[in-house]
Amino acid sequence: MSEAQPLAPPKPGFFGRNRETILRTIIPICVVVALILLWQLIITANGIPQYILPGPLAVATSLYNDWGTLWPALWVTTQITMQALTLALIGGVGIAIFLVQSKWIETAFYPITVILQVTPIVAIAPLILIYAPTTQVALLICAFLVAFFPILSNMVQGLKSVDHNLLNLFDLYGASRWQTLLYLKLPSSLPYFMTGLRIGGGLALIAAVVAEFAAGSAGAGSGLAFRLLESQYRLNIPRLFAALVLLSLLGVVIFAITSFISWLSLHRWHESSLKREN
Amino acid sequence: MTTPQAPLMPAPGDARKRPLVVMRSVSKMFSSGTLALSGMSLTVEGGEFVSLLGPSGCGKSTALRIIAGLGDVSTGSIDWPSSRINSKGLPEGDISFVFQEPTLMPWQTVFGNVYLPLKLRGVSKAAARDEIMKTLATVGLQDFAEAYPRELSGGMKMRVSIARALVTKPKLLLMDEPFAALDEITRQKLNDDVLRLWRETGITVIFVTHSVFESAYLSNRIVVMKARPGRVHADFPLVTSMSRDAHYRTSEDYRQACEKVSNMLLEAIGGEEH
Repeated sequence: MSEAQPLAPPKPGFFGRNRETILRTIIPICVVVALILLWQLIITANGIPQYILPGPLAVATSLYNDWGTLWPALWVTTQITMQALTLALIGGVGIAIFLVQSKWIETAFYPITVILQVTPIVAIAPLILIYAPTTQVALLICAFLVAFFPILSNMVQGLKSVDHNLLNLFDLYGASRWQTLLYLKLPSSLPYFMTGLRIGGGLALIAAVVAEFAAGSAGAGSGLAFRLLESQYRLNIPRLFAALVLLSLLGVVIFAITSFISWLSLHRWHESSLKREN
Repeated sequence: MTTPQAPLMPAPGDARKRPLVVMRSVSKMFSSGTLALSGMSLTVEGGEFVSLLGPSGCGKSTALRIIAGLGDVSTGSIDWPSSRINSKGLPEGDISFVFQEPTLMPWQTVFGNVYLPLKLRGVSKAAARDEIMKTLATVGLQDFAEAYPRELSGGMKMRVSIARALVTKPKLLLMDEPFAALDEITRQKLNDDVLRLWRETGITVIFVTHSVFESAYLSNRIVVMKARPGRVHADFPLVTSMSRDAHYRTSEDYRQACEKVSNMLLEAIGGEEH
């Protein structure tokens, strides 16, 4: 008595399988390679000195030679970013759940979170440096504050956008507050959470770098931002570029991981992860 | 599908024929000041198929939601003479609701959606499996248990919604214009399905619709409502000796029933009878 034929569930892979998807991967790579070649060509042809603009070869050489200096810095920045993002996820989701419990709680506390967000992080950094026990903690707090807000605001939006009829249905079946949160509100706000995660991931890295500029941390145990400044002072421009490349790569990896997590959790059901079929 | 030539109404003196829900002078005023219902009284007996029919804004959906406990009454009361009621004054587990939209959780499979009411009662998945598969079979979706809602057609989604409503074996099924958004052919099929389930399970149905034809086809009692403020205009049984199937749709009995219902509806909206 069913009026439709069984539908074969589409199984889109994260990287896809068809020719178009392969082209989608190859074309951007070709463009990047071509630009790098062009860059090298211009440097060589015009004889531009390294302290003004190093070529890709010089940057690669520096990346290799200075790995002993750059790797620990990369590791520090990665740690701060990841710790800040983790704290922001826990804090953002937790406070969002707290805020939507009642209209009054939201009215009372939401403005404070907005104030924290709109105040430029560079402006608060000196204060945080005074109060935080170590520079590392100060950096962590800065990165956390920046990554936290997009996760919070997306989560609040998600928790408030639950289908009213589904809420009615849960009421009708006598669901407890806890059951409604666990089985309805949290899964329903997953797409919003994922948006917050992707934005928060990128911002955590930016904030970790900016905070380190502001904090002026130095010496061993410093992150990539310090190595950037140091290379600039020493006119070691190839190393500055090498540090930049590492930061970009870190950003790309964070973006890829968060996108993958998002795809993994949404691809079975959410419109954003589905391929349009017409 | 062969339709059994079963009796359409419970025989007189049937054990099911006891008051199930009694609305006494129920009024409902929204916070905006709109009086949605004014002094509405209605007694629905076990095993009845009652259609609430009326123009839009007559409060028929509001009445249904109030029966379901979704929103309080402003004055009046709702009693459940033959049910055990919980702290909220509702016969817990005895009511199910089918909304105008399928209202499925898109992140859950068909199975997961039908499992929901049992999950909320603390029934384990393993213990619920047989009942869920049986209920899915009654709506013809046993092969779609693992499909996600987005993979289903509009009619199939509605069947999932009906399966979810039936899985708890409720006494009363409330349906709020469930098929209004479906095409005519799907709607007729689902009408036949609901009639079959009603006959097979002996469930009581309160069905909100704005379609004269649908209410005349489905119900053995019709309550026509009047708007501004919402109240009962007419309440009458619809008896036929015919079995309600494709033949009934083209019969003189059905035409007369439609005419009667239509005239009542016209009266309710203040139009001229024809």
